[in-house]
Amino acid sequence: MRRAKMVRNAIGRFVPADVPGIGSFEPYAGAMAKIAERRERPRICAPLKATPPSRNKVAPDLKEAVRRSGLENGMTISFHHHFRNGDVLMSLVLATLDEMGFRDLTLAPSSLPDTADFVADYIRRGVVARLHTSGLRGEVGRAVSAGELEIPVVIRTHGGRARAVEEGSIAIDVAFMGAPACDVLGNFTGCIGKSACGALGYAQVDVRHARHVIALTDDLMDYPVRPRISVPQYLVDQVVVVDSLGDPTKIATGAVRITRNPVDLCVAKNAFDLVAASGLLAPGCSFQVGAGGASLAVAAFVREHLREKGIRGSFGLGGISGFMSGMLEEGLFNAMFDVQSFDSAVTGSMVRNPDHIEIDASWYANPLNKGCLVHNLDVVILAALEVDPEFHVNVMTGNDGVLRGASGGHADTAAGAKLAIVVAPSFRGGVPTIKDSVKTVITPGETVDAIVTERGICINPARTDLLEAALKANLPVKDITDLKKEVERLTGVPRPVEYDEDHIVAVVEYRDGTLLDTVCRTLRR
Amino acid sequence: MRYEAAQAGTLESSDCLVTLAPSGEFSFEYRSGNGGLFAERTEAMVREILERYGTPCLRVQISDQGALEATLRARLEIALERALRKE
Amino acid sequence: MKPRRSMLYMPGNSPGMLQHAPVFGADSVLLDLEDAVAVAEKDAARRLVAHFLRVLDFGRVEVTVRINGADTPYFETDLEEIIPARPSAVRLPKCQSPGDVLRADALMTTIEERHGMEAGTVGIHAMLETARGLEHAFEIATASPRVKALTLGGQDLTADLGVQKTREGWELFYARGRVVMAARAAGIAAFDTVWTDVDDPEGLAAEAKQIVEMGFTGKAAIHPSQIPVIHEAFRPDPREFRRAWRIVTAAEEAERQGKGVLLVDGRMVDGPIVVRAQRLLDLGVLYGMEGDETA
Repeated sequence: MRRAKMVRNAIGRFVPADVPGIGSFEPYAGAMAKIAERRERPRICAPLKATPPSRNKVAPDLKEAVRRSGLENGMTISFHHHFRNGDVLMSLVLATLDEMGFRDLTLAPSSLPDTADFVADYIRRGVVARLHTSGLRGEVGRAVSAGELEIPVVIRTHGGRARAVEEGSIAIDVAFMGAPACDVLGNFTGCIGKSACGALGYAQVDVRHARHVIALTDDLMDYPVRPRISVPQYLVDQVVVVDSLGDPTKIATGAVRITRNPVDLCVAKNAFDLVAASGLLAPGCSFQVGAGGASLAVAAFVREHLREKGIRGSFGLGGISGFMSGMLEEGLFNAMFDVQSFDSAVTGSMVRNPDHIEIDASWYANPLNKGCLVHNLDVVILAALEVDPEFHVNVMTGNDGVLRGASGGHADTAAGAKLAIVVAPSFRGGVPTIKDSVKTVITPGETVDAIVTERGICINPARTDLLEAALKANLPVKDITDLKKEVERLTGVPRPVEYDEDHIVAVVEYRDGTLLDTVCRTLRR
Repeated sequence: MRYEAAQAGTLESSDCLVTLAPSGEFSFEYRSGNGGLFAERTEAMVREILERYGTPCLRVQISDQGALEATLRARLEIALERALRKE
Repeated sequence: MKPRRSMLYMPGNSPGMLQHAPVFGADSVLLDLEDAVAVAEKDAARRLVAHFLRVLDFGRVEVTVRINGADTPYFETDLEEIIPARPSAVRLPKCQSPGDVLRADALMTTIEERHGMEAGTVGIHAMLETARGLEHAFEIATASPRVKALTLGGQDLTADLGVQKTREGWELFYARGRVVMAARAAGIAAFDTVWTDVDDPEGLAAEAKQIVEMGFTGKAAIHPSQIPVIHEAFRPDPREFRRAWRIVTAAEEAERQGKGVLLVDGRMVDGPIVVRAQRLLDLGVLYGMEGDETA
């Protein structure tokens, strides 16, 4: 869209009041502003729809199921991203819809994996006209950054998407839900089956709010599906059997390993030292880490610490890797809340261990429900592409300004946790991580307590208590502008990316539904 | 002074590969994964070092794998010295 | 003397490692131009290290450079380029006799003078890795005031002796004792050789404990993950630390009052014990120990 009426939000970024084709937005007013209103809001639910007594909901094929769903041009379809880079379902469905002549659809997946390049073609062919997502990468990221989608993409956090679906900002007409283990009446789960993916937390939101739900499976099980039902039959309209939901080796990858990169380990050690200094690793603590790099490496230090001191935490949260479920098995936490599973080790844990609890995305992070889990977090360790002296974090746009990341649970957990630590090497590929001002704000600085690099720890000046604890523990604390200068002595200052400031290609929605930032079209040099 | 073709550096991460070839005039080709964030800086550095070595007429190719300026300088200097030594 | 428990080897032609040289928590780093660098890349590594010595902020980390041996064509050029970049010391490999030290010393003085540096700015760490070098350990240690440390090169030495390096390390027992003795006699530091199996931290921990007990002041590391293991081996016993604190405090008090005889915990204490106590205190500070009686 062309730049229209813009308003300045609480972090000084200009955001549109209206996004044509999407709706109107309020500007971001502070991380807790909406929550503090404590308002009652209506919730949009899936309609009741009587189904005559039957023993079978299996449709003859996908095309027939689409016809029966009542899908029309201009409507909204959704997918979950639990199959990650192994997903072939979205590609299959979009190809079918294209073939059937559908155009002008709103695509609202919970996220787009790296392998969703084909979506760019459907944008170009007019099948997809609007896009709501958490992640935007590869060819789709490039296409959107080049301005190929007329209506701006709405980038949401995981909690923000759950909120949007529940309140009806995303009104899903037809949800195409990959169902690794499904029975003829539509009970399904992700923890077993040929294409097992573990938790189905994002699917669980969509099925409760979509007008029509189609469960697609490549592993039709005897009735009823067991040992667990993640989505019950009364929420599912039709079942479609397909050849394959995806590539099992990429859906449930081998165990995620702790990094051996010495710089990442150094970052992780500094971050762990800060966590330890904060005093939060006490009995009953709760904890979340990302799935890779320095972030997961912090979990290894935490595990060691809990073992050594004989501390048992309350819960681990998030996208769960085998490393985290291992900590559950070891008895280092009472429970593991799992919205999305990262590797094959997790699927087994979920079946075996009743304390490994599958949670939906609203329970995980919706800021406006009656209590989401991220609000009970003590510590979260998060990654970053770039940060700035205001402690704002960008995990969305790369060095060239092109969309190549995911908002995910970053802003949700940062806002909820008592201690939110962002870990990143101080420079990557010769480019410094601390910029004058991040290109795209995904997580506002007021919710980030510390930025930790291999060359020092920067503490948000608002957290005087944390600063005191860090200094007392003799940690390498540095002022963020000093560290920025120190790194720039090695790297130099990169030329800023050039944007067509009049052309907005994406808006960044904060978890509460307000607008935090915009992304503009990149100019090729 | 005559210069022969020469190379220094590697294509490993954080390094760069500098390739020099004799030429009638200065030319500079810069490839980087960083979207050219450091293109101007690197060209200015190349011109300065070539000036210092008194050899502005060379074809200089740099494939930058995320090298710091110190690395770029060290690699270019050695490439120049190797090119000279071969005479 | 500031404790230098660990010395991290870093290959001299690897910018990805060099650019992070100061951050791994080692007390000192050793940028290697010798074994870690292929013959065809000697020039490139030398220049890279010279540049990084100038641009990196090493803070409290001591920086040394291992140059190529005097018997190689790179020896003089290495010194020519490295000395003006002011590392704390250069490590001379394969020191066989005091003559090797004297030759480097003379060349270093010339280079320092040419660059307006004070003679003796850059120290020498003499590496003993042959039977002959070991037999001259003390003469090498005292050949020049530049020599700040003796370092044991275990891999070359076992080859020279025609024996295998074992996990227990008995084949190096005599050599280690000899290096410690010579270094102590000369009043300089003693660095032990590397533990080559990165995946065996238990083996490293056992060896590190052994060499600390033998009197080494530091040990080389070939991977950042080895640093905390080595540092752990040097951690002073808290009771010993508190006793050291009492000794140093009493010694300072005695000096103020001009007393000759020093009694701590009812026992007489003399010079070498006070020196050792001071060294323990310096070490303890690195582990956040405080000289408080009740600590």
